[in-house]
Amino acid sequence: MAPSAYLWLALAAVYFLLPLYATLDFSLKENKAGTPCCTLSNYGWVIHNGDFWHTIKISFLLALETVVISLLLFVPTIYWVHLKVPRLRPVIAFMALIPFVVPPIVMVVGLLRTFKGTPHWYYAEPWGFLATAYVILAFPYMFFSLDAGFRAIDVHTLTEASQSLGARWTTTLFRVILPNIRAAALAASFLTLAIVMGEFTIANLSAFHTFPIFIQYVNESQGFPAGALTLLSFLITWAAMLSLLLVGRKRGARGAVIAGAR
Amino acid sequence: MLGAFQDKNDHATFSNIRLLFDHPYIDAYKTSIEISFVTALLGGLFGLLVAYAAIREGTPRVVRSILTTFSGVAANFGGIPLAFAFIATIGPLGVLTVWLRNAGWDPSAHGFQLFSKTGVEIAYMYFQLPLMILVIAPAIDGLRREWREAAANLGAKQWQFWRYVGIPVLMPSLLGAIILLFGNAFAAYATAYSLTAGSVNIVPILIGAYYTGNVLDNPHIAQALAFGMFVVLAVMMLLYIPLQRRSARWTR
Amino acid sequence: MSYLELENLHRDFGTVKALNGINITLGEGEFLSLLGPSGCGKTTALRLVAGFDRPDEGRILVDGRDISSVAPNRRDMGMVFQAYSLFPNMTAQQNVEFGLRIRGRHKHERSQRAGELLELVGLTGAGDRYPHQLSGGMQQRVALARALAIEPRVLLLDEPLSALDAKVRVQLREEIRRIQLELGITTLYVTHDQEEALAISDHVAVMYGGVIEQMGTPAEMYTSPATPFVAEFIGTMNRLEATIVDGGAGEVEHAGMRLHVDAARGRRTGERVLLLIRPESLELEARTNGAAPNTFVGEVLTQTFLGPVTRVKVSGEHTSLIADMSTARAAALPVGAQVVARIPSEGAKLISLPDDGPGLPVLDPDNP
Repeated sequence: MAPSAYLWLALAAVYFLLPLYATLDFSLKENKAGTPCCTLSNYGWVIHNGDFWHTIKISFLLALETVVISLLLFVPTIYWVHLKVPRLRPVIAFMALIPFVVPPIVMVVGLLRTFKGTPHWYYAEPWGFLATAYVILAFPYMFFSLDAGFRAIDVHTLTEASQSLGARWTTTLFRVILPNIRAAALAASFLTLAIVMGEFTIANLSAFHTFPIFIQYVNESQGFPAGALTLLSFLITWAAMLSLLLVGRKRGARGAVIAGAR
Repeated sequence: MLGAFQDKNDHATFSNIRLLFDHPYIDAYKTSIEISFVTALLGGLFGLLVAYAAIREGTPRVVRSILTTFSGVAANFGGIPLAFAFIATIGPLGVLTVWLRNAGWDPSAHGFQLFSKTGVEIAYMYFQLPLMILVIAPAIDGLRREWREAAANLGAKQWQFWRYVGIPVLMPSLLGAIILLFGNAFAAYATAYSLTAGSVNIVPILIGAYYTGNVLDNPHIAQALAFGMFVVLAVMMLLYIPLQRRSARWTR
Repeated sequence: MSYLELENLHRDFGTVKALNGINITLGEGEFLSLLGPSGCGKTTALRLVAGFDRPDEGRILVDGRDISSVAPNRRDMGMVFQAYSLFPNMTAQQNVEFGLRIRGRHKHERSQRAGELLELVGLTGAGDRYPHQLSGGMQQRVALARALAIEPRVLLLDEPLSALDAKVRVQLREEIRRIQLELGITTLYVTHDQEEALAISDHVAVMYGGVIEQMGTPAEMYTSPATPFVAEFIGTMNRLEATIVDGGAGEVEHAGMRLHVDAARGRRTGERVLLLIRPESLELEARTNGAAPNTFVGEVLTQTFLGPVTRVKVSGEHTSLIADMSTARAAALPVGAQVVARIPSEGAKLISLPDDGPGLPVLDPDNP
C-alpha cells in the first residue's frame, strides 16, 4: 500500500477516533464528576431503557422508508436528466440547495399547511408526514452523490447497449444503470440514513417521538448517560450502514465495472 | 419568503433587507460564509485525499467499506453529541488538551479556544470531511487506471498526473461536492449552538433566536434573514454553473 | 546485438505462476510479438517491461543497462494500451503533446511534433477533437502517436487492436508495422490473434501457462511447430496421433493404417508421436478404385467458403481431416462425395508426445 495512502488514512483515523475515544472515556465514569474509570452503569442504564429501543426502531424504519422513497424518486429523475436534458442539471442542482436554506420551522409550517387536507394516517403517523419532510431534507445529499456517480459512467453507451438488446426502460434502469452507480447510490443512502437517525428539529417541532428526540431528552435531563448514549447511537447507526452495505453487495452485481481492465 | 419584505405592520418594505447590512446581521453573514467556505474547501481537499487513499489500488477493499460506512454516520453527527465529543477532546478539560498540557504544551496559553470560530470550524470538519468522502468516491472510481499508467509511461510524476488529468477530470464532481459542503455548513445550526451557546454569531443561530423568542422585535426580520441565506446560496449556484460547464466541456 | 532483454523473469500472483522463467532478446529495431491465449502471461510480461509491476526474479535490460528497478515514468518507453487510455479532458493534439509537455518542451516545438505525428498516423486535422468524438480506430492511432511523440527507446503495445472491428484491425496493423519500420523502433507487441502476429512481426514468441513454448520467425512457427500447443494455436492443423513402427524406413501407424512419413526417419520404434499436416498440404481427389499409399478414404462432411479457398472437412472411419483447396476445385467435390485424401510423405511434421502426457491441448474444439 502506498505510503501516502497510509499517511492520509492514519491522519483521518486519528481525527475521527479521538473525539469518540474522549466520549468513551467520559461515558465510563459514574454519575458523579471526577470519579476514576471505569464502569458500565451508564451503558446499562441506556440498554435497559424501554424508550431507547422503541424510538430506535421508529427512527430506523423511518430511515429505511426515506431511503427507498428517495431512491425511487431521484435515481430515475437524475438518470433522465443526464441522459436527455443535461442542461437541466444546474437547475436541479440549484433546487437541491433549497432545503439547506429553509429553516426547519418554516418547513414544518409549510408542510403542515400543504397537507392539511390529507387523511389522518398520513398526518399523524411519522411514516407519512415526517418521511416526506425527510425526503426533502435528503434531496441535496441524494442529488450531489448520485450526480457524481452518473458522471463517472458512460450513461449513453450503457443505455444504448441495453436498448439495442431489447430492454425496456425499467429493465435498463434496474439491471444496467443501478448496478453501475451502486457506489453513489449506497453513499446517498448512507447519508440519508444518518440524516434521519440524527434529525431533531423537525421531529421536535412536529411532535413525533423519534430517536434523536430521546437523545435530546437524555442530554437535558441527565448528563452522564448522554455520553454512553451518544456512542451507542453512533455504533448502532454504523451497524445499520454495514448491514445496508452487505445487502447491497449480496444482491447487486459488483460495483462500477471498468471495462478493459483485468 | 414574502414575509421578508413586510414590516411590523405587514406593510411592504425594504427596510428589513436594509437592516441586514447592519451589525449584528452582516457579521453573522460574514461569519457564516467564512466558516462555510473554509470548511468546504478544507473538507473538500482532505476529503479527496482520504477518499483517494482508500480507493486506489494497493489499499485493501475493506478499508473503503469501513471508511464509507463510517463517513455515513459521521456526516450526520452533529448538534449536541458532536459538540459534546469535541468538548471532551479539545475543550478546557478535554482528553487531548490534558495530554498536551502534560507533555508541556498548553493550547489555551497559545490562544486556542474551542468556543470560537476556529473551534466551530474544527468541529464542523467532523461532518464535512465524511460528506466529501462519500460524494467524491464514485467520481474517483471513474478515474481509469489506464490514464494513470499512460501518464506514468509518458514520463509524468504523480503530481503531474493529478494536475493535468486527475483533477481536471474530477473537477465537475469536485465543484458539486464543495457546493454541497458549503450549503451543509451554512445551514448547520445545532452544532454551533451547542458548542458556543450562541456566542459565535452565525445566521442560523440568529434565526433560531427569533423563533425561540429571545428577541422578538420584528418577526419579519427572521424571514429576511432566511431570505438572505437564500440569496447567498443563489450566488454560489450562479458561480457554480459556469464553472461547472467550463470544467466539463470535454464531456458529451 | 541485443537491445531489449528479458532475463529469466518470474512473477507469481499468490499461488498462480504468471511468468515462469521468461527469456527474450530483441535486437534493435526488431518487432517481436508475444502471442498466446488469455492468461498465458504475455500482458504480465509487457507490464514488467513497462514498469507497472516488479518481477519476483529476473532482470530487464535495455541497451545493456538493467532497468528492473527504474520507475515507469523514467523508462523512456512508449506504451499503447488496449483501450480507454486517452486522457478524456484533452483533445487529440493535447494528448499527443502530453509527453513533451512533461519534458518541458516549448509550445511551438510541441505543436510541431504533434502535427508531424498526427500526420504519420493519418489523422491530420483531427487534432482538435476530444476522445469521445473519435472512433475506436482513430483513438488508437492517437494513442500510437502519443506514445511515439516522446521518441521512446522501446515501443510497447498491449493488444492495441483487440477492441476494434475486423477491417480496421487489418488496416491498422499494416500501418503500425509500416511506421515501426520507418522509425526503426524496437517493438514488443502483445496479442492473442495469431494471424496478426504472423503478419507483421520479425519474430514471434508463443506463450502458454507462463512459459515460452516456441520462439522464431513467423514462417518457422507456421511450418515447424515445436510443441503440440503451438501446432494447435498457430494456423489450422490436422493432428493425428501415431506410433513409429519403423524408424529406419520412416513408417508410422495411425488407426490401423501405415503411413510413410519422411520426418519419421531416425526415430525409435514404438515412440508416440503427433503427425501434423497443414490443410493445404492434403491432396483431395474423388475416389476411384484402387488404394494408393498414404491415403485416407472418406466422405466430404462440410465445405466452408473462405473466399479464394474453400475448407473441406472429410470424415473417414476413424479420422477427420481438413483440407484447403481452391474454390474451383472444391466445387467438384460437394458434400457427401466420396474422396481420398493423400498425405504427401514430405508434407507432414512430427512432434513427440510424452508417453504419459495429457495428450493434445484442446483449445477450441469447434474451430480446428
